[in-house]
Amino acid sequence: MKIIFVLIAVSLLVALGFLGAFIWAVKSGQYEDDYTPSVRMLFDGKTPSSSKGSNSPLHSNDK
Amino acid sequence: MTQVERFHYDNAIVKKFAFASLFWGIIGMIVGLLLALQLVLPALNFEVPWLTFSRIRPLHTNAVIFAFVGNGIFMGVYYSLQRLMKARMFSDMLSNIHFWGWQLIIVSAALTLPLGLTTSGEYSELIWPIDIAIALIWVIFGINMFGTILKRREEHLYVAVWFYIATWVTVALLHIVRSIAIPTSMTHAYGVFAGVQEALVQWWYGHNAVAFFLTTPYLGLMYYFLPKAANRPVYSYRLSIIHFWALIFIYIWAGPHHLLYTSLPEWAQSLGMVFSLMLIAPSWGGMLNGLLTLRGAWDRVREDPILKFMVVAVTAYGMSTFEGPMMSIKSWNAVTHYSDWTIGHVHVGALGWNGMLTFGVIYWLIPRIYNTKLFSVKLANVHFWLGTLGIIFYAIPLYWAAVVQNVMWRAFTPDGFLVYPLFLETVTQVIPMYAIRALGGALFITGVILGIYNIWKTVASGKLVANEETEAPARLVHGAEDRSHWHRWIERRPIQMLIVSLVLVAIGGIIEYLPMAFVDDNIPKIETVKPYTPLELQGRDLYVREGCLGCHSQMVRPMRFETERYGEYSKSGEFIYDRPFLWGSKRTGPDLAREGVGKLKKSDSWHYNHMYNPRNVYDQSIMPAYPWLITNDLDISSTPSKIKVLRQLGTPYEEGYEEIANDDLMKQAKRIADNLKKEGIEQEGLENKEIVALIAYLQRLGVDITAQAQAQK
Repeated sequence: MKIIFVLIAVSLLVALGFLGAFIWAVKSGQYEDDYTPSVRMLFDGKTPSSSKGSNSPLHSNDK
Repeated sequence: MTQVERFHYDNAIVKKFAFASLFWGIIGMIVGLLLALQLVLPALNFEVPWLTFSRIRPLHTNAVIFAFVGNGIFMGVYYSLQRLMKARMFSDMLSNIHFWGWQLIIVSAALTLPLGLTTSGEYSELIWPIDIAIALIWVIFGINMFGTILKRREEHLYVAVWFYIATWVTVALLHIVRSIAIPTSMTHAYGVFAGVQEALVQWWYGHNAVAFFLTTPYLGLMYYFLPKAANRPVYSYRLSIIHFWALIFIYIWAGPHHLLYTSLPEWAQSLGMVFSLMLIAPSWGGMLNGLLTLRGAWDRVREDPILKFMVVAVTAYGMSTFEGPMMSIKSWNAVTHYSDWTIGHVHVGALGWNGMLTFGVIYWLIPRIYNTKLFSVKLANVHFWLGTLGIIFYAIPLYWAAVVQNVMWRAFTPDGFLVYPLFLETVTQVIPMYAIRALGGALFITGVILGIYNIWKTVASGKLVANEETEAPARLVHGAEDRSHWHRWIERRPIQMLIVSLVLVAIGGIIEYLPMAFVDDNIPKIETVKPYTPLELQGRDLYVREGCLGCHSQMVRPMRFETERYGEYSKSGEFIYDRPFLWGSKRTGPDLAREGVGKLKKSDSWHYNHMYNPRNVYDQSIMPAYPWLITNDLDISSTPSKIKVLRQLGTPYEEGYEEIANDDLMKQAKRIADNLKKEGIEQEGLENKEIVALIAYLQRLGVDITAQAQAQK
């Protein structure tokens, strides 16, 4: 069952990679603001295709 | 002073992936419906090899996972990543290579699987040349994605982007480790790992394919498109961050829950179970975060089909991530494993979570990139209800069937005998449930067809904004002067992450050199377990080609109702020469691990007649007929290369045996053909036919372990 150790090693490497990414994210201030990003993503800047102001999905011809 | 930069989002690539997702989705689902109907009406197999249940079942799973959901992932990623990073995709050329390459892979899968070109590993069925193509296209996608992240104008990586990154890295690694094999021809290879080891690799892969292909990318989509559609921020951004990190650190350890009560060492089973239970926490955190995003907006959900699709999707995510850990508890797994519970479970995930979210996103996104309105909200509502009802009519009958199956499989008379010794009785009992399940599937598909019509009309009423103009300030480099070193380190970090990923992927390459390290693991621990004869080997590869493991397991669990029905429970030492391992995960038919011994043993002519048409033996059987096995000549030209590769991998065939292997093969074939003749089968040239090899293999099943029992006496 040596394969178990290979899989654990590979999985641990992935986990360590993500741990590194996590430490980077925290240290670099990615998570200092844990509110604004959730609002900012709602605004797409200048987007000619979406109608101004309204984000209602009910752009239907039914009405 | 920050400079505002003007640039364009690439919507054309989003459109391509969206249409591809719908196109392959409907094909994959129709194949699924055909499969469901074949279980009710075996005549629908048409006795055509490439329409037979066992061959097209992997076509259905691959089409739905990698074509429908796969293209859905790329659609959502290409749309949201550009907007979250405030940047066009890194390279239009790479985007298009990614798109066409992925479609080419799907087409080659759709051609090879029905032809029986398969590895038989669940969700890793594709043959080695296609595996290489997948790895290449995945790398192209990675370069394109990381390139876009590098040139981003937005410093913060929104949580969805983290989900995309985790998806890319982990899927790359899983795919490579699972696919390591040595080819015997352009269309066939033997995997490096055998038996129990391969089983562990398979379900480490299989579980994480669900985790990192069907779940993490779609969570990214949820965190982008649900707030967008509701036009309100996610309930708790902090919770979404915790959701992400907790999920990816726990997910990768849960794979062994697919192997409970098998020959896998007990401690590995328990480890898998513990991690699976822990998964409830992050999964439900994410599910609640999605649903609570709609707090105070439930009145909008009533009117807006897009939000309805998303609510059902997130609810289905919550249900399947509760059910999954429950099914990982050993005592409950003993009930659900091999039964139709698993099929119900995965469809709540696939139809509910992936399906409904995909349609929600498509309804939201197509009118936007076509600068128009959705053709009909009413029709989208009808689609929603058909889809939701379809899922209910799909899942509940299968849960019911699973309970019926277990009650019957486990029933003992007061004297201690099985009440239903004939497995077929437990099959015919659930056929009405299979029929209702097919109705559920048909409802879901009807909804999808309405959806495609709705999208078609929407597209016709608008014009694609292929390049959407936008503007964003150049990325603000904060603290550039006073903390330049610190900043540069951050700046370089995405490149470093890419390098780390590539290093991780390279580990796959190193593992390729490991097979020799595993050779001593292949020394028999059970002395009577011997390598397959050349004829049995060819027969085994036919078993793989026809996809028998879709319905027949070869793994007897150590439980009385199983050992009574099938015989001695399976031991890990039995499988050391098994490439691929064929434990299976579903018993639509009985287990075959002891088919060649004891009370289960049948005559050669029984197998001949049964393969020719199972209904000649049991008139209620729902197994497809395989008449071509009786007329096809066995291809023995592949024997030498197969023997050679297997020896390389540690199977103790003598040096030079490949030269004379076909002589042995012919001798054994002649014996079986003579025996068939003696039993009254009149057919010319029987010894050259495929059926003889398959009979040789089936009669071998369980023989070695019984020989040991006799030797001990």
